[in-house]
Formats: sequence, structure tokens, C-alpha cells
Amino acid sequence: MVNKTVASAADAVADIYDGATILIGGFGEAGSPIELIHALIDQGAKDLTVVSNNTGSGQVGLAALIANRQVRKMICSFPKSANSVVFPELYTRGEIELELVPQGTLAERIRCGGAGIPAFYTPTSVNTPLAEGKEIRHFNGNPYVMEYAIRGDFALVKSLKADRYGNLVYHKTARNFNPVMCTAATTTIVQAKHLVEVGSLDPETVITPGIFVQRVLEVTHPMEESVLVAENRRYPWNR
Amino acid sequence: MEQVKKGWEMAEVAQKVAADIPDASYVNLGIGIPEMVAGFVPEGRELIYHTENGLLGMGPTPVPGHEDPELINAGKKCVTAIPGASFFHHADSFMMIRGGHIDYCVLGAFQVSQEGDLANWSTGETNAIPAVGGAMDLVAGVKNIFVITQHTTKTGEPKIVQQCTYPLTGKQVVTRIYTNYAIIDIRDKKLYIRELAPGIEMEFLQQVTGAPLHQD
Repeated sequence: MVNKTVASAADAVADIYDGATILIGGFGEAGSPIELIHALIDQGAKDLTVVSNNTGSGQVGLAALIANRQVRKMICSFPKSANSVVFPELYTRGEIELELVPQGTLAERIRCGGAGIPAFYTPTSVNTPLAEGKEIRHFNGNPYVMEYAIRGDFALVKSLKADRYGNLVYHKTARNFNPVMCTAATTTIVQAKHLVEVGSLDPETVITPGIFVQRVLEVTHPMEESVLVAENRRYPWNR
Repeated sequence: MEQVKKGWEMAEVAQKVAADIPDASYVNLGIGIPEMVAGFVPEGRELIYHTENGLLGMGPTPVPGHEDPELINAGKKCVTAIPGASFFHHADSFMMIRGGHIDYCVLGAFQVSQEGDLANWSTGETNAIPAVGGAMDLVAGVKNIFVITQHTTKTGEPKIVQQCTYPLTGKQVVTRIYTNYAIIDIRDKKLYIRELAPGIEMEFLQQVTGAPLHQD
């Protein structure tokens, strides 16, 4: 029987190892798998490379993972945003690495990682500092920069619905990087708001087919990052 | 000395931009001043707004109490989805951008060169946290790149220059500049005045512009 469900967040992330590359979905708080990230903080794997569009806000979720000094390097397009304090501080002190990638290039590098394409040429960033040191090749007279695919050892993803096969449906703009990240990791771990019966998702509307997913955890009431930040909460939980 | 009103308010500039975007265009608006453009679309025109975090058919700010933290724009502010909207993932979103499917993009700027080079992501300061987002993809792929900006910096330095001194977002990408003083086209690596704001003389405009201005 195909059953990808796991019983707890701790079980879901138990085998994440030191030095792993982890793709973490979300654009700001939308689509960020906060319960899985907190479980990873409890689990304690360190020396991680994290691929995510932002670096989290306040002292919860991804920002808390960074604050807990488990992340050696961030690969992202926009490492600062409103309420983002942890990463800027560590970066300014030279205590965390940053690979800055244009947002579309980041998405395509992950897509290619899932699609078995090792590298590609893109017009984005040509003639800018972000293309320095990279191969430039001309097609039809125009310059393009070569970018390598990204793959993760693990992906942490948030969806609205999932079934035990791992088929996923997302919620509005919380979809963002999650579907491509599912395809590009050896082990994709999903937290879904609703675990539904196999057969109840309309096959025409499944966004991520279950083949791309290894583990599914139901988190019925996910926390809202912006609410936690407004309350000045910190993970591990402060009082 | 009596102060005479010189130039446009930025809201008026946004109105000028909106007037120049044709009916039925697909449009991406940058964060900040460019967002004002959506408020001035002339009656009878239908524009479809793209936001790079995965929504085509972005609508206005929700009424208080109806915000959804999972329905946001590229600036991570809550928005709405119009009837006929669609959601998609990031790779598809940038396929729309890089693949040339978006008709117009309106962006802010630190500097624009006379050749249309744009610098709008980094001032190159050593202590700054570099952040680029989707700007480089937008200028690489969108057909028409409009810049909306104050004509000069807060200290009065020209933002329209011969060559950008800040790190580039893209080379030869801007097609038109809208400022509080003028609307300027960029063609054949030269600046052409399209419209002067009220009270702005040609001589004054040249003084506050860092590259030669031309008239048709």
C-alpha cells in the first residue's frame, strides 16, 4: 500500500543530516512550512545550505532556524524584508554565507534540478555583477549566462490539501516555489492543512502529482508567521 | 521670491504612465511608486496585473478584515484576485516574464543611463545586504520597461546619467522615463523629450539631467 503519511513533525524531519541542502517553500510567510521548520530546529541538524526566496522574519520559522545557527549558507533572491533581522545581523558580521540569485533564475534552477537538466542559459543578469565569473554564450546574436540546476537533499513544503499518495493542492499565492521544490529534492516532506481520502482530489486540479512527494504530515492549524512576529514570539518558544 | 509650481506631483506622473498603457495589456508593477499606476487606469480600459509571486489578475487592496496572508503581492502586501484570475507556481510566473509574455513593466530606479541601462537593486555600499528579487528577470523579458521616478535624488543629484555608477539591473532595457519634470523616451541610445511638466524649461531640465537631452 502506498502511504506517505507520517505521524508527527519530529518523524517527518528525523533523518535530516548535518551538511544537507534543504529547499524550503514560501514567499515571505505565504506557503512557508513553519511547523516543519520548527521541528527541524528541535531536531538540530546543522551546517545546512538552505534554498528559499527570503530569510524569514522576526524570530520564528526560517529566521529562527538561522538564529539557532543551523544554517551555513542561504541561497535566495531577497534576503531582507520587513521584520527581517536575524539574517542581516549575521551577514553583516560575516557569520553566514549568501548566494544571491535573481528570483526567476532561482525558480528555473530548481525546476531544472527536478527535470534532469544540469544547466541552462538565461538572459537574466547578463551585464550585471550577478553574471560575473559565469559562462556567457551567444544565441541568435544575444548574450546569455549559464546557470546550474539546484537540487536538494530534502524539501520542506506547505500545501492546502494532500492525500496519502502525496498528491497536492495549494492555496492562492502560497503555491509560489513549493511545486518546483517538490520535484527537485531526494526527500520531499509536506505539511498539509487537510489530509484527504485518496480519490477525493479531482485529478484535473492536482498541482503536484504524488510521485514528487515522499512524506505527508497533516497540520490542521498552521501558525501564522506574521501573527507570531507581531506578538514578538521566538522559537524555541519564549514567554 | 515667489515660488512658482514646478513639475508634476508623483500621483500625476503615475496618471501619465497609466494613460500610456494600452487596453488589454498584461502589466507588472514594481513595488512602491509604480503601484500608484493601478489607481489611474482610464475608464473603459482593462489591464491584467501580474505579480511575480504567482497571480495573474491581481485586484486592489482588500477591505479591512478580509485580508488573507496567503494572497499577497510581490511586496508581500495583502491583495485580492479579480474574477478571471489565475494562480501558478514561480517557474511558470517567470516563464511569463522571461518568455516575453508580459507587455509592460513599470519600475522605480536609482539611476537610468541615456542608453537605457537601469540600476535599481543595489547602491553597492559595502555594508548593505544585497537583494535583487525579480527585477533582473523583468528587465530581461518584458517588452516595454517604463521607469517612474523623481527626476533627481533627495540631494539634487541627477538620476538620469550618461553611465550608471551603481550596479546594473540590466543593460539597454528602459524604453521610457516618467519623472516629476518630464517624460523622456530612450531611442538609439539617446534621450528624447516627449513632454515637459508645467513650469519646466528646457534649460532647467538639462541642468538637472546628467546626459544630453534631444528634441525631435
